[in-house]
Amino acid sequence: MNNLIPDFTQTPRIDQVGVEERAARFTKRSLKNDTKINGLKLALNMIDLTTLEGKDTDGKVKQLCYKARHLHDAYPGLPTVAAVCVYPSMVKVAKQALGDSGIKVASVSTAFPSGQAPKDVKIRDTKFALQNGADEIDMVISRGKFHQGEYNFVFDEIAAIKEVCGDATLKVILETGELGTYDKVRRASDIAMYAGADFIKTSTGKISPAATMPVTLVMLEAIRDFYYKTGKRISMKPAGGISKAKLALHYLVMLNEVLGEAWMNNQYFRFGASSLANDILMQLMKQRTGVYQSADYFSND
Amino acid sequence: MSKRIEVLKTYKIYIGGQFPRTESGRTYVAKNTKGESLANVCLSSRKDVRDAVGSARSAFGGWSGRAAFNRGQILYRIAEMLEGRKAQFIDELIKQGATKIAAENEVSLSIDRLIYYSGWCDKYQQIFSAVNPVASSHFNFSVLEPMGVVTAIAPQENALIGLVSLIAPIIAGGNTCVILASSSKPLSSVTFAEVLNSSDLPGGVVNILTGKVPELLPFLADHMDVNAVCYTGTDAASQKMIKENASLNVKRVVLYDNHKWLTESAQSPYFISDFQEVKTTWHPIENIGGAKAGY
Repeated sequence: MNNLIPDFTQTPRIDQVGVEERAARFTKRSLKNDTKINGLKLALNMIDLTTLEGKDTDGKVKQLCYKARHLHDAYPGLPTVAAVCVYPSMVKVAKQALGDSGIKVASVSTAFPSGQAPKDVKIRDTKFALQNGADEIDMVISRGKFHQGEYNFVFDEIAAIKEVCGDATLKVILETGELGTYDKVRRASDIAMYAGADFIKTSTGKISPAATMPVTLVMLEAIRDFYYKTGKRISMKPAGGISKAKLALHYLVMLNEVLGEAWMNNQYFRFGASSLANDILMQLMKQRTGVYQSADYFSND
Repeated sequence: MSKRIEVLKTYKIYIGGQFPRTESGRTYVAKNTKGESLANVCLSSRKDVRDAVGSARSAFGGWSGRAAFNRGQILYRIAEMLEGRKAQFIDELIKQGATKIAAENEVSLSIDRLIYYSGWCDKYQQIFSAVNPVASSHFNFSVLEPMGVVTAIAPQENALIGLVSLIAPIIAGGNTCVILASSSKPLSSVTFAEVLNSSDLPGGVVNILTGKVPELLPFLADHMDVNAVCYTGTDAASQKMIKENASLNVKRVVLYDNHKWLTESAQSPYFISDFQEVKTTWHPIENIGGAKAGY
């Protein structure tokens, strides 16, 4: 494997104008009727329903888990979301509340969101989440070290966390809003994938800009190149700032046209979002009743 | 030198404090009574209704949360701006078929009506609220609260005064609104949107669409995020349809049948209370000497 690892200072350069224009073109597709409904249901099934706030309580997390299991009972036959994403201290509560629903518990880890902590703290943070029953770990990379050019440090850290995770899915958050350029996004993506990430994820949701279509496109292309080189499928999770159903559909269009159908399920693609679920539910109800919906009739999460 | 070609204004719709073209890209030609073309006007679609209601909903929290006095100041400001552009409005009303005297009268009356409702902003609460006599140890009082998002169909005739007479009491009471302007006389409605836009009125509080009533009415009446719908026409079938669609989420339906918008009878604080809900609060108190049943 070692001789496969490329020199990360030589990662491909990104054509900024080209990427942004290409990303904009995905938003021009028109999805109607059945295709739209299927797309919306798929997007719903890809959501990591998220609450990551300092003010989170057991009650808030239980409420979110109830929401995950009962998205909108007035609309029978809906899929559930893919996972619930919480802080490590809330994993136990979430695990209990989700029971045998099949919905996964994802936990952020490694001193989320800044990642500014010693390695052993990050490892203990991750172990704690796993011991409490987390199925998936969302780690952040050390952006400071990355900017200093210490790519080996970043690489080793990811590899160390991957080792701790074992069978648990590892999502690596690049926090693209702090990386600054598409070149760096591409480089960080490559580092994460070669270090053993199962998912690469755009953002913590704490920094603006969070996920954007061009950034996601750069990461999807990194995934495609990695697949051609190694034959291994890496998953993608844009997070933060995706709150409208229409935007979620644009992302699905992009996913389909860049990576193809094999990635069109929640094993390979997730949305990190909290308010997206309700907007999708409102659009589904609109399609079914023909009447524009109001947030008043959908549960808060 | 060749003869100068006049620059014609593009009459666009007003959503969320901006002037977009209709999402549908359609237009129709507004004509005067002689059948001469006046302008190309946006023929709004149901998606414009959707966008406008969305803007009105986001603006509602901020607008209803403002101090009543501040809402009064802003209504006064609208009147000031309208006064400054009087000539343009008179000109447009004449283009749409009014006589000079009638046009001048309508514009002056519109300004006065805004001033009238500006004054009511911080006073209607006192008129309509009440402390209620109850037999238990409670302080019981009722106050008005704005309903939320109101959709309204402006009168086809008296395009300016009709529009102003609808909008002013709705927003004076802290609601936000989506108004479908007169389709036969839309010019002054769009120009009035420009006045609103330069009057400290937050974007989204008033949204003005132009288009055909039969096409848009069902969507203005059945949107689940709309709390009240106001119809100024006389068509019985439309009134029935509005009531049926409004029943979906129990909207309030307000019908102004054949109102004389140019008369004094078209202004009163009751127009404000038409778009208010009454909230009654039971506040427990100790039954001390001064607080017998009744207070």
